[in-house]
Amino acid sequence: MQRGMLHTIGSHVARWVVVIVFAVLLAFPFYWMLITTFKKTADLYTLENNPFIFNLPPTLEHLRLLFGQTAYLRWVANTALVGVIVVTITLILALPAAYALTRLTGRWGQPIGIGIFLTYLVPPTLLFIPLSRVVALLNLQDTIWSVVVVYPSFTVPFSVWLLMGFFKSIPRELEDAAMVDGLSRLGAFIKLVVPISLSGILTVVIFTFTLVTQEFVYALTFISPESQQMLGVGVPTFLVRGDVYYWGSLMAACLIASVPIAILYNLFLDRFIAGFTVGAVK
Amino acid sequence: MAIGQSQAPTETVGVMAPPPLAEGPRVPWRRTPEGRARLLGISMFAPAVLYITALIGLPLVLAFVYAFTDVKVGSATSHWVGLENFRSILQSPSFRQALLNSFIFTIVSQVLVIVGSTTLSLALKDKFHGRGFVRFLILLPWVAPISLGAIGWKWILDSLYSVINWVLVALHFYKPYSAPMWLGEPVLAMASVILVHTWRLLPFSTVILLAGLTAIPKDIPEAAEVDGAGFWRILFQINIPMMLPIINVAVLFGIIFTFTDMTVVYILTAGGPFDSTQVLPSLAFFTGILAGDLSQGAAISLFLVPILVVVAYLMLRMAHRAEIT
Repeated sequence: MQRGMLHTIGSHVARWVVVIVFAVLLAFPFYWMLITTFKKTADLYTLENNPFIFNLPPTLEHLRLLFGQTAYLRWVANTALVGVIVVTITLILALPAAYALTRLTGRWGQPIGIGIFLTYLVPPTLLFIPLSRVVALLNLQDTIWSVVVVYPSFTVPFSVWLLMGFFKSIPRELEDAAMVDGLSRLGAFIKLVVPISLSGILTVVIFTFTLVTQEFVYALTFISPESQQMLGVGVPTFLVRGDVYYWGSLMAACLIASVPIAILYNLFLDRFIAGFTVGAVK
Repeated sequence: MAIGQSQAPTETVGVMAPPPLAEGPRVPWRRTPEGRARLLGISMFAPAVLYITALIGLPLVLAFVYAFTDVKVGSATSHWVGLENFRSILQSPSFRQALLNSFIFTIVSQVLVIVGSTTLSLALKDKFHGRGFVRFLILLPWVAPISLGAIGWKWILDSLYSVINWVLVALHFYKPYSAPMWLGEPVLAMASVILVHTWRLLPFSTVILLAGLTAIPKDIPEAAEVDGAGFWRILFQINIPMMLPIINVAVLFGIIFTFTDMTVVYILTAGGPFDSTQVLPSLAFFTGILAGDLSQGAAISLFLVPILVVVAYLMLRMAHRAEIT
């Protein structure tokens, strides 16, 4: 009996040790961004100072520099605009496709769906060279429109896959009843299936938006001018002047962009994971 | 189960048009309800398929074509050069280094990710107070844009102001100004790049394993414990074997996300010092985009294809198996 109790206490302690060690290791860089954001430059660059505490009073100088003298807000706006347009394109393409593949194509739906999902595995680093030429031919290089056109190529496959899983869970009888009542197949899709799939659609919206903010390779390849940058490329490229790193402003820029995205993503995490594990977990 | 009229006969439509009616004029299959549903279906998924074909299929073909020509940025014409690009990159020391590094980068980081995420997911599987907040902290590296996370690490690993070095000096492992240059020495730079990538992928792998763990019945490990099996025995003979299918999923995605990634390397070291952290994707970028040699860049990136094909095959086999069971 006593041995059993010791065992339970031991496993609790072990669990907490593991959880705390990993949480500290994984979250530390973000804590470091936070403390760096508010430290005076003189405090940051004095080697004798203990870096874990404020040796001089906190300051807002880095935030002022970031918002007042860099194109940071412009990059935030660019990223948001691209996000909204790519989400729209993704929904327009993925919703009907996912519906058709679950309901209208019989036994070909699943293989085509898997084929579409597999294209998600073709990485940007294999396609960026030919695409840079395509983007140049379309005269889109150095504008945000280059990524607006290219991003749906990786958001659509995953969204189709997520939505297929979602539509499969809607009972067929609902649509059949609506069609008996006089709606066409298309009408049943638009007036019935889309409204009851709102949470699936919202999942796709959030997932697409986070993919857009996380993307790096295409934005780096297609866009060079400072004013047209996306967040993920603008911050590491243009907040470094010559060889000088403005660490305070850099860390502020990283933190401010990361945390909202992380919160959004967290809300929908379980659904995204379901997309990755379809078939393996049942 | 009331299956709609449009569905039941589809099985035959899938193979051929329905048999002609015995009497009366033949109705073209497009006019039958099944045929119309089929046409509607095709017109609904065709736009997505066309978009993907234009922006993934076509560039993929172009990547192969470029690799056999001498196309450069800005050149109007190009010529077929056969295997010339491959011969020249295979002779280049940078390429050989990048090929080797890509495998080291992928294998080492995946081993670390799997060991770490298995440990962490087992620790997180039961509900406890504060689990939601812990999950948020743990997920940060995966959900934050990786280029920004990597910049955070670049500051942590700074040659002069590294917080790690400050701690090492404070603990008297090193004298001031003699602590390691994490990103400036070949072996340390490679280790740093691998660790930062592990940091980035560990949360992803952990949540996938957590999803798998919820599907494992709890009573088997519990019964084994009642029978007197110890912690390690339950771990290696029950928990881990039962987790294997989901570990496979995590590893396959992990391999793709690692072998094809250039962001961490690009931000932290740009492949340096002396190509010691160069990987295939970053070398393809420097050669094809920055130096403008599209054909050689394409040839380098084609070396990603065999790995992608193997992973895709394994995923298909897994999906197929899951359908049967």
